[in-house]
Amino acid sequence: MQQTAWVEKRFVSDTGLEITASEGRREWMAVLAKAEASEVSAAWERLEKPTYTLLRSPEPGLVLVRGRMGGLGDPFNLGEMTVTRSAVRLATGETGLSYVAGRNRRHAEIAAVLDAMLQSEAHHDQVRAEVIAPLEIAQAARRNLAARKAAATRVDFFTLVRDREPSK
Amino acid sequence: MAYVSVKGGEKAIENAHQWLAEERRGDPTVEEVAVAQIREQLSLAVDRVMAEGSCYDRDLAALAVKQAGGDLPEAIFLVRAYRTTLPRFGGSEPVDTERMNVRRRISAAFKDIPGGQVLGPTFDYTHRLLDFRLAADGAAPPEPAPLANEPQAWPMPTIGSVFAHEDLLEHDVRSGDDAPFDLTREPMSFPAGRDQRLQALARGDEGFLLSLAYSSQRGWGSTHPLCGEIRLGEVAVEFIPEELGFPIEIGEVTLTECQMLSGFAGSAQKAPQFTRGYGLAFGHSERKAMSMAIVDRALRRGEVGEDVDAPVQDEEFVLYHSDNVEASGFVQHLKLPHYVDFQADLQLVRRLRREHFERLNPSKEAAE
Repeated sequence: MQQTAWVEKRFVSDTGLEITASEGRREWMAVLAKAEASEVSAAWERLEKPTYTLLRSPEPGLVLVRGRMGGLGDPFNLGEMTVTRSAVRLATGETGLSYVAGRNRRHAEIAAVLDAMLQSEAHHDQVRAEVIAPLEIAQAARRNLAARKAAATRVDFFTLVRDREPSK
Repeated sequence: MAYVSVKGGEKAIENAHQWLAEERRGDPTVEEVAVAQIREQLSLAVDRVMAEGSCYDRDLAALAVKQAGGDLPEAIFLVRAYRTTLPRFGGSEPVDTERMNVRRRISAAFKDIPGGQVLGPTFDYTHRLLDFRLAADGAAPPEPAPLANEPQAWPMPTIGSVFAHEDLLEHDVRSGDDAPFDLTREPMSFPAGRDQRLQALARGDEGFLLSLAYSSQRGWGSTHPLCGEIRLGEVAVEFIPEELGFPIEIGEVTLTECQMLSGFAGSAQKAPQFTRGYGLAFGHSERKAMSMAIVDRALRRGEVGEDVDAPVQDEEFVLYHSDNVEASGFVQHLKLPHYVDFQADLQLVRRLRREHFERLNPSKEAAE
């Protein structure tokens, strides 16, 4: 992850929120959304809290998950998933947003505040180092563990009788 | 005759529901099952409820299983009812199953598939003998599964990518990313597009789809399927919030995907190749994804010029009867009071019987 990429573009969206778009922001929002609610809460408790107001109280809703026909074709609707969203503004002016799978309102609110803090010069480095980096390491460790378990179940099947050898 | 509603019985209904709650709890000296225990230890029931409830939320599905006393179609109904109370923020970007963090991936058709045959957590090759050790109280948790030194390589190649250069397998059509047909907002319409069919199959009853797939295998609209690939794992879901205008990951879902291969003899214009049926379901839902893939392929009969001569190929038959909330509702509404219908039928049958006997004994009546 590049620490320099976090302020590339600022603009005001249709809904009046000032938005910062950057690859860095996409990454930290993904890390916050994919973290366990308990991990996010625990990290939050260790931080010095900024003053903020809720622009949007945590609101549970649905996102319609789409797949692709055949895996790579045109989209189709697979089914919905629960998602909770929230938006906040820090006293220093930064707005933060979250869309987080599940119905945990606290997870969504904290994720929105952290998103705002990550856009603030004053908080960015600390939140990056103390929240995002450890969460990312935990997620990578979980993926690695599953991938090692999967690799341990890889088999070679022997076909005992074959009509013909496969052509190379 | 239309259904005529009845009034009354409030007290009896209340008492019946109280008794139901008592039955659900069972023997109170036995410890109550927690929603988290269902979520963690009956995870395949939870997966089925998410898939057919058409709503991914493990805690919600586990709660529904508990409330329904383990009756999965009832739990599916509860989840479907709950989802109507939530606003919809929009549709996700299509999930990229090639980038799945794969826990299981097998190909029954192609032994040497790149990435290998990865069994993952599976009932396959178990002996289906009851394990009475699970009935013993206070047993220690099982040993964690062994770890390989090297993790499984990512991403796992797909069966499609393996044969892509040879054109042996039908390629997926990518014409655009317009919003697909949505059964939850639009009524069923025919002829149905593949998007409508796949959505209906994805939320369709596993038992119904399994039987249809089985009927196809046995020759009622056979597609001679081979299992090209099954993969199970976690996939990130991306969504473009209107406030942002760019996609962000909002979480991960567990998906089961199945690619079924069927031979196609070719036509004047097209060289012979394999066609594919596609199955995709929330959770670890392998029987469902495989059945869905077989039925999807059978319903694509028009594209390969096959005749309709079996139920599995008839999209109206399949799509109108695959939803177990609708099916269960219509079958089970018969147990609600139908007194007026029965009264009408009774009068009709009495009159017909009278006419029947009058026809048999015309002389007696004439003599009187």
